[in-house]
Amino acid sequence: MLAKRIIPCLDVRDGKVVKGIQFRNHEIIGDIVPLAQKYAEAGADELVFYDITASADDRVVDKSWVSRIAEVIDIPFCVAGGIKSEADAKQILMMGADKISINSPALHDPTLITRLAEVFGQQCIVVGIDSFYDSESNQYQVYQFTGNETRTQQTKWTTFDWIQEVQQRGAGEVVLNCMNQDGVRQGYDLEQLKKARAVCNVPLIASGGAGEISHFTDVFQQADVDGALAASVFHKDIIAINQLKQTLKNQQIEIRLC
Amino acid sequence: MNSKNQLNVIVDTGCANLSSVKFAVERLGFQVTITDDIAIIKMADKVILPGVGSAKHAMKNIRAKGLVETLQNLTQPVLGFCLGMQLMCRSSVESSDGEIVECLDIIPIEIKALEAKNQRLPHMGWNTLTSITEHPVFKDINVGDYFYFVHSFAAPLSEHTIATCQYGSEFSAAVAKDNFIGCQFHPERSSELGSKIIMNFLELPILNSKSKEPEIS
Repeated sequence: MLAKRIIPCLDVRDGKVVKGIQFRNHEIIGDIVPLAQKYAEAGADELVFYDITASADDRVVDKSWVSRIAEVIDIPFCVAGGIKSEADAKQILMMGADKISINSPALHDPTLITRLAEVFGQQCIVVGIDSFYDSESNQYQVYQFTGNETRTQQTKWTTFDWIQEVQQRGAGEVVLNCMNQDGVRQGYDLEQLKKARAVCNVPLIASGGAGEISHFTDVFQQADVDGALAASVFHKDIIAINQLKQTLKNQQIEIRLC
Repeated sequence: MNSKNQLNVIVDTGCANLSSVKFAVERLGFQVTITDDIAIIKMADKVILPGVGSAKHAMKNIRAKGLVETLQNLTQPVLGFCLGMQLMCRSSVESSDGEIVECLDIIPIEIKALEAKNQRLPHMGWNTLTSITEHPVFKDINVGDYFYFVHSFAAPLSEHTIATCQYGSEFSAAVAKDNFIGCQFHPERSSELGSKIIMNFLELPILNSKSKEPEIS
């Protein structure tokens, strides 16, 4: 059976892995390659590297670390951030990434999703969505440029409309980052993810809020996501991947044990 | 000849994922050359045919590079990964509108849309093998072992199936005919067990009858 995926996310800024709280106040966690290797060996099913400098700063970013990661790890990995064109995508894939994830550039020009899917195949085109729940309007809203606090802005899209739109345009996977939960470790946004699941027919990855093992159990059992992404609980050794996977397996969740 | 000194070639199909395959071979301590040079491909002891993306795009590249006949006539062991496996087959149903792409026709299989039933597509992630036929490339690989799959099209079960996987329906996780072997999954991204498969392939006996051209630098 297809296993549920555990996906450590490494936010990258200037070649270092960083982590902020609700997208802010980034602190350096460590070097990319040894961390990537550590997670691959610990049993991660996939890795996501999110270059948080890229979309917000609008500058050419050194991506040579992609190739250095591809040299050492033997599990799939996805690169996000700053991919605005076929040429950008080709460069990242040629350096050895398995998938590319686009977020703000897809909002700016949704045809980019289709163009990338046609050239590289639907399976390697991931669309990342930063979603904020506005309790006043009771709406889930898509935000862009979330890598930079001063440029972060609400878009015209509601989250579930955008999820449907990106699928129609050729997205092969959706990563839904629930901004209200990000970095605070109080659990995934199960209500939002359940609603997203109902309209998402491609693989759906939950992001934002993992703080303890039970949060992973909940998100797989209640929201039926295909994968769960987390950062700080792994970087700060709050959860060990092998222990997490064994616990999930014991709860009859389909998991690849290493 | 020691297998470590053999000439290993990755065929440059113009697809974008060549370096991850190259790195996987190099991690095992083997050298490997990425090339679309017909003379070098013919001379190789082992040939790897990688590929991501669409069959249509890849076949267009292969034709443009004039590689069709060369690949069809290889007699040394050839291993295809994912789309590379599908390219070895007769044809592929490219899209929902039913367009059929002629492939290399080395293995008489028609690639169809994966019948996932009510499961989500693409079939993406780690899945288990549900059966394995004895084959040297699958030495020490067992039913229940996980491999990394990413695809929406698949080879239906046939006499050439050497391993199966289940996702909505059962399909070929690997096929083989003569010296050609193809894996639907990505061995280069399937952790230790994937490396085991690449190692098994690289350690297959080298053909002695193959006439060697002068050494290339």
